[in-house]
Amino acid sequence: MINIKCFGIAKEIVDSDKASIERQTISVTDLRQHMNEQYKAFTQIKGYMVAVNQEYATDDQIINAGDEVAIIPPVSGG
Amino acid sequence: MNNSINVIISEDALSIDQVYQNAVHESCGGICLFVGTVRNHNKGKEVTHLDFETYTPMAVKEMKKIAEQAIEKFGVQQVSIFHRSGYVGIKDIAVIIAVSSVHRDACFEACQYAIDTLKETVPIWKKEHLEDGSYWVGARP
Repeated sequence: MINIKCFGIAKEIVDSDKASIERQTISVTDLRQHMNEQYKAFTQIKGYMVAVNQEYATDDQIINAGDEVAIIPPVSGG
Repeated sequence: MNNSINVIISEDALSIDQVYQNAVHESCGGICLFVGTVRNHNKGKEVTHLDFETYTPMAVKEMKKIAEQAIEKFGVQQVSIFHRSGYVGIKDIAVIIAVSSVHRDACFEACQYAIDTLKETVPIWKKEHLEDGSYWVGARP
């Protein structure tokens, strides 16, 4: 299972600070597609990055069960 | 020179003096201090306060990268980046960056680089609270 942390507007869209996908492995592109289908409101925000093990991931990166995964909506610190 | 960086995310009020003291160095002729504060209006609406959410372990990593890049690019001595989490009221401090360098040009440039990059890469989110609602800044087109 892939566990996903959700922050900011992602937390509001999912209505939880975490989500999960019943897979052992998934690409970042497929994770995005899965989340966007599961929660249509993701398609109405400015987009989001995916972080794997606390580093920004590329679209073709493969995520494995046990990795620390997070949805990073547009940041707005400062 | 022995460079150093110091990054912190804090639930408590930030101390300008603490950040400043971290940047003081005997080899340096200047310290550039940027203090980001919360203003009471945005896009014509009255703001009551902000709430910062942070992905703390990754945010700390990204802040360290910025500090290291600032040293590498501009040859500065010390870089400190402190950011708040949680409730931050009007006029309160959201972020402090302090950079020291031998001569002033480098610390001005590095300080500007640090705050500009922080706003682009560090996983921290600002929820702006207005009199009639609230929203995540920058999330929607």
